[in-house]
Amino acid sequence: MLGDFAVLLIAAVLVNNFVLVQFLGLCPFMGVSNKLDTAIGMSAATTFVLTLASVCSFLTYRYLLEPLDLTYLRTLSFILVIAVVVQFTEMVVRKTSPLLHRVLGVYLPLITTNCAVLGVALLNINQAHNFMESLIYGLGAALGFSLVLVLFAAMRERLVVADVPESFQGAAIGMITAGLASLAFMGFAGLV
Amino acid sequence: MRQIFDIHGGIHPPERKDMSNPGWVSDSDMPSKLVLPVTQHIGAPARPIVEVGDTVLGGQMIAEAQGPVSVPVHAPSSGTVTAIEARAVPHASGLTDTCIEISLDGKDEWVSCQGLDNWRDETKAALLERVRLAGIAGLGGAGFPTAIKLASDREMGIHTLIINGTECEPYITADDTVMQRFAQQIVEGAEILGHMVGAETVLFAVEDNKPEAVEAMRQAAEALAGAEVVTFPTKYPSGGEKQLIEILLNAQVPSGGIPADIGVLCQNPSTAIAVRDALIDGKPVTHRITTVTGMSLKNPGNRRVMLGTPIRELLDTAGFNADTADRVIHGGPMMGFAVTDLNMPVVKITNCVLAPTRSEIPPPQPQQACIRCGMCAEACPASLLPQQLYWYARAKDQDQLERHNLMDCIECGACAYVCPSHIPLVQYYRSAKGSIREATKEKVRSDNSRVRFEARQERLERELAAREAKRAARKAAAEARAQSGDDPVQAAIERAKAKKAKQEAEQ
Amino acid sequence: MLDVIFGNPILLALAALVGMAIAFGALLGFAAVRFEVEGNPLSDQINAILPQTQCGQCGYPGCRPYAEAIADGDSINKCPPGGEDTIHALANLLDVEPEPLDAEHGVEAEPTVAYIREDECIGCTKCIQACPVDAILGAAKLMHTVIVDECTGCDLCVEPCPVDCIDMIPRKGGIQHWYWPLPDGQTRDNLIATDRSSQQAAA
Repeated sequence: MLGDFAVLLIAAVLVNNFVLVQFLGLCPFMGVSNKLDTAIGMSAATTFVLTLASVCSFLTYRYLLEPLDLTYLRTLSFILVIAVVVQFTEMVVRKTSPLLHRVLGVYLPLITTNCAVLGVALLNINQAHNFMESLIYGLGAALGFSLVLVLFAAMRERLVVADVPESFQGAAIGMITAGLASLAFMGFAGLV
Repeated sequence: MRQIFDIHGGIHPPERKDMSNPGWVSDSDMPSKLVLPVTQHIGAPARPIVEVGDTVLGGQMIAEAQGPVSVPVHAPSSGTVTAIEARAVPHASGLTDTCIEISLDGKDEWVSCQGLDNWRDETKAALLERVRLAGIAGLGGAGFPTAIKLASDREMGIHTLIINGTECEPYITADDTVMQRFAQQIVEGAEILGHMVGAETVLFAVEDNKPEAVEAMRQAAEALAGAEVVTFPTKYPSGGEKQLIEILLNAQVPSGGIPADIGVLCQNPSTAIAVRDALIDGKPVTHRITTVTGMSLKNPGNRRVMLGTPIRELLDTAGFNADTADRVIHGGPMMGFAVTDLNMPVVKITNCVLAPTRSEIPPPQPQQACIRCGMCAEACPASLLPQQLYWYARAKDQDQLERHNLMDCIECGACAYVCPSHIPLVQYYRSAKGSIREATKEKVRSDNSRVRFEARQERLERELAAREAKRAARKAAAEARAQSGDDPVQAAIERAKAKKAKQEAEQ
Repeated sequence: MLDVIFGNPILLALAALVGMAIAFGALLGFAAVRFEVEGNPLSDQINAILPQTQCGQCGYPGCRPYAEAIADGDSINKCPPGGEDTIHALANLLDVEPEPLDAEHGVEAEPTVAYIREDECIGCTKCIQACPVDAILGAAKLMHTVIVDECTGCDLCVEPCPVDCIDMIPRKGGIQHWYWPLPDGQTRDNLIATDRSSQQAAA
């Protein structure tokens, strides 16, 4: 069983990386990766939100929607759950780190509409995960997101000071780098 | 044989030391006037204590140290002070600084110098004071006040004294000459320094391209117990004190630290002689041995020159040909800088004056784009990442520069030497270091201003509150008076009436 | 009532959603109270970056009010004494794009300090009252002088002086403050022959 969890985790982090292989959650990926410090903060926030949202949506589905035979409402209720979790996280962040709040303030609502979070919640249902599997899956998705975000932010910090031709500066070279990183991560296919 | 180690990186530029005939030194001609800058060291400028028109003797102090990190200046010969004003000084900026100009009378009369009969009987504090008053700064080229360096009072103390005769930079042979000619004085100086700092081991470090100097030092060092002459393969920049400590002791000075942090002290051989002269002969720093070399000179060599001699006169002594000379460099080809005005004087840190022809040291090649080859990182003796420092210096990213330890760069120029794109890397680092230093100073200033501003706001509030309190108290007192019917004014009127009535009654 | 709701699927869905909304709303309400934040520590960090000249050129009466305005969303390019470096540092802190200095608020000039020409000073204390950092030493009918190390160069003292005896002189410059300029980094354009000919064609 532990082996299964390990496989699930590795699959979520590397093989089926949510950002670079499944192309979910690209908005915060491109938007927050300008500086390494904010990227680390954003990935911490997303990890917290993703794991919690994954678990909460699973519980909502199992103990509210399924018994009442309202499974068709899952998209709507998952969005509700995610929105509440994000709001909660925002309040916690504002209390603990006002700077992070000022910086991420724009992006925290973005996590609400981040398709990766809703994607994880829905995929848990599609793949009929149980509670532990939902937790591991959400955690794996978050770790994969964090890994890629941090790597990309480090690369972008170097790109900003490098000798990039004028027409490529800014988002253009960022996109090209993301594409190359995506190619690299697709090399993990067949690992597990 | 003592075991030696190696440093990371380093380069082997052509040495070109033979042309200056190491081992021979002649006196430079006495100039007609001397120009002595008040800052010939790292630290606060010295303050002139003579006035225009004063007669001075050789060895007389003409500018006193200001504060602890400062060094006094002495007159090298007798004459009259003709000016105290801003003059061109040998500085990379080409800017001017306060200088004391002395017109020499040629008689070379000196003050009477009183040395110590037995320096061993003196306390360390007394010896340090003498070193300080003698105007001794690091004569190897850095110019750090020697008294401060010797006074360093780290907990662990100093266990090893290193006399740094490495002289790794091409062209320069001043230390080589000093070691060949004055080995005994160096050893005497080392003995005094070792005693002052309490070192158990004294090491004389010489590169293996100076066999005569090694031999001379070996013979002289036999007289000093616990002293050893260590030779090691020639490489630039083995003479940097942090690199030398790594070569001799396999110990690294911590980042941002100084050698005293690990119990080591390095001094230049000329500085050791200066300390010896100050304590035993009572003589301050007035002359130095400078290498005058380059292919535009007919008679290159080492000269014993008075501080304050204009560089032009020094070059003329060596047969300077202004037509073939491309530029005149103060210092060596790696770490020196070009001087613009040949009236600039020789100062305490002038270890070399280099006058190459254009073909000897060609002008810098055009700078091209960085190809990220990484040769600079291979050559860096401080194990830094010059390529990253270059990118961040261009982007003025202070945080990243500090994270990559910019302040540990010794500005040796090895990275720029190997760069295939001819990028002047050291200029970038110097600029970045300067702007970081200025930004830090500004930050301290603005923090201070903020504190003062907040204190003033508090004071104004306090004064306002005190005024309010007084007004409230007065009001309360007036109300209390009105309530109790105890009106002092009325009482005074009644008293006056009573007195008047009494007077009338008596009449 | 419960039978009605459970019987009717649409009402059940509505009830479930409303129930969730109420539950989550309660949770958030509790969190809003529990995690309430007093004040705005961000403005402290911004204030630490501003140069503290208290000159008012940004339009605010001092550096702390401007810091609080920035924390509320005001633009960061209003401080001339701070100059480019301050704008970059603020942009770094707040993760916004650095903008060039707003010329409406002044231009970046070299730092200055005030100097009172003592021959002309009448001892009126107007400048002492104006100085935001108490950098002027003096008392009524006694000589006034500026403590150079404390003066921020805000020049708020120049206007109140009735005899106009205060000069603003540059603080930096000279050999003690000099440092190497950044190399221009331009690759030279005449590396090969065709570069030179195209340069001539362009010229």
